[in-house]
Amino acid sequence: MTATDAAGSVRPPVPPSVAFVRAGESAPQPAPSSVAGPWAWIRTNLFTGPLNTALTILLVLLAFWTVPPIIRFLFIDAVWSGADRASCIYTAERTAVGACWAFVRDRAAFFTYGFYPIAERWRVDVFFVLLAIGVVWLLNLRAPRRDLAAIYAFAVLPIISFIFLSGFPALGLPTVPTNLWGGIMVSIVVSAVGIVISLPLGILLALGRRSTMPAAKLVSVIFIEFVRGVPLITVLFMASVMLPLFVPDYLQPDKLLRALIGIALFASAYMAEVVRAGLQALPKGQYEGAMSLGLSWGQMMRLIILPQALKITIPNIVNTYIGLFKDTTLVVIVGIFDFLKAIEAARIDPQWAAPTVSATGYAYAAVFYFICCYAMSAYARSVEARLAVADKR
Amino acid sequence: MKKLLVTAALAAATAFAASAASAQTLNAVKQKGQLTCGSNTGLAGFGQPDAQGNWTGLDVEYCRAVAAAIFNDPTKVKFVPLSAKDRFTALQSGEVDLLVRNTTWTISRDTSLGLEFGPVNYYDGQGFMVRKSLKVASAKELSGASVCVQQGTTTELNLADYFRANKLELKSVTFATSDETIKAYDAGRCDAFTTDASGLYSERLRLANANDHLVLPEIISKEPLGPSVRHGDNQWWDLVKWTHYALLTAEELGVTKANVDEMLKSDNPDVKRLLGAEGKFGEAMGLTNDWAYRIVKHLGNYGEMFERTVGQGSQLKIARGQNALWSKGGLQYAPPIR
Repeated sequence: MTATDAAGSVRPPVPPSVAFVRAGESAPQPAPSSVAGPWAWIRTNLFTGPLNTALTILLVLLAFWTVPPIIRFLFIDAVWSGADRASCIYTAERTAVGACWAFVRDRAAFFTYGFYPIAERWRVDVFFVLLAIGVVWLLNLRAPRRDLAAIYAFAVLPIISFIFLSGFPALGLPTVPTNLWGGIMVSIVVSAVGIVISLPLGILLALGRRSTMPAAKLVSVIFIEFVRGVPLITVLFMASVMLPLFVPDYLQPDKLLRALIGIALFASAYMAEVVRAGLQALPKGQYEGAMSLGLSWGQMMRLIILPQALKITIPNIVNTYIGLFKDTTLVVIVGIFDFLKAIEAARIDPQWAAPTVSATGYAYAAVFYFICCYAMSAYARSVEARLAVADKR
Repeated sequence: MKKLLVTAALAAATAFAASAASAQTLNAVKQKGQLTCGSNTGLAGFGQPDAQGNWTGLDVEYCRAVAAAIFNDPTKVKFVPLSAKDRFTALQSGEVDLLVRNTTWTISRDTSLGLEFGPVNYYDGQGFMVRKSLKVASAKELSGASVCVQQGTTTELNLADYFRANKLELKSVTFATSDETIKAYDAGRCDAFTTDASGLYSERLRLANANDHLVLPEIISKEPLGPSVRHGDNQWWDLVKWTHYALLTAEELGVTKANVDEMLKSDNPDVKRLLGAEGKFGEAMGLTNDWAYRIVKHLGNYGEMFERTVGQGSQLKIARGQNALWSKGGLQYAPPIR
């Protein structure tokens, strides 16, 4: 504070020796605890009214009631190593048995590769690595040469994967029939094929359904409505059981291939409806604007309509993908050992028959599926956030 | 809907059966170089994968025995895991050559599905498990006891029949799934638990304290489990049947995996005929005469297979019971090889 303040009134200068006048600026006080700080946050967010207070107390109680036993089961009382059921059963000394992780460790290879011959399992590892490279390269926006990544992921990767997984005797890779495939490997192959095929096919079907050409429209509508009208289990059952009855022996497609086709077609029908929702959400002016620029139908769709329609439907597309990923567990009804079925088959093994083995197996499955699904939804959120920047301008 | 589909599929399959079966299954199997065997998708002791991903179990070994008889190599089997729903159609359509999937032999399955059932490789039946602390030694003492049972199964019906026939008072406690049923029994909701005897032994191991529980000796229903083949190819059916009989005969004569080579020199005419030193029984089935030698050499006799997969050599520790040889009080009886 100087002697002359903004108002212009003149005061005599204060000599520094006078003690009752503050010379320097006082340090800012922290905001009162009722508006800032953890207590204020708690008050304004958790205890604003009777309803909120009651809910808060209820949820805290619920957490106290559920979380400690889960942690106890999964970690504190868990058995981490052992050779068979003897390490996971109740004994006089061991009165509390939590998750039997020893079982998961013993069977981890089976959960991952199924019946794949042990000497050839490195090929599955190669497939996992190639797939991971493809996913990271294609989905990471800062990665270099993403145009090559698309070629790699959609053309090179499927061919190399097929050669590695199925075998190519000329290259010294013995053939591994698909009845030996299993575990996480099958779950990933089935969902990857479903995800990769369903989007383009779904877009085609959606465009067909909105088309003015009667034939294309009719075919699309019949396909979508028919496939959506039956449960996936029925589709798989038909593909697996009925098909072989009506085709000669030498034409019988592989059991896994039948399931793959069934799942891909099923997912496409759902994807078509998701994409159609996006197409219909676009104002008519977008179509008219594109046409008035003299764009052909193909250019209009490729440059104007589909980019916007797909952007709107990202949450729904990812939703369909997550649903599809989890639906792949249904292939078990046609006798394919996916990840969940591998756990199911191992948990009944008398070698590991112990009270908590089933729960442990399912916990392992839950962790796997959660990580995969959460990764998908997290990536989708980041893409949405990036695309939404355009809307905020 | 699904039931309708199955019925339609089976009806269609029966029509196809005649044409499918006229093809010589044995020749087709030899040509493919492997036996395709319909197996369980996972049943303790009968068909389940081990840590290395190899199929193990009593039913699995039956398939391996047939492969050993044909190829002298028990690994030449392709296992096709089949669910209960699609097992018969898979056999009908020719997807599998042989179905060994703990399938109960009943008149309706035998006569209306276009199948032939082979010999019974495991006599199962419904039994009871109780806590040892209950101090019950026989199912007849269970009057007034509460029994945990899975809803809507033949098990539930058999239970009611048995209690009524024996004038016992029944308090059944039913659950929708077998997992729930065994959990409830373990938690003390009921005094006894009932399901097929082979299942009792595997479920017992999953209880909190397996040693506190006892499987009662009574078997109250008939569940003969065995292999089945398509109707019409009698040569193939003979082969499947006599594989089992060879295993039984080997046990009866004391021929084991360990001593089969010594037994080749035996003077016993029964052993000579079994192992192919005398007679041409293998050729009559389209095999070599040492077919039974091959089976025993690779897999042992029936007793060895039984003990290894479900008996004392396994965690299940199921007693031989009805599955003992006829000469030891069981039901396993093989016609003579001559």
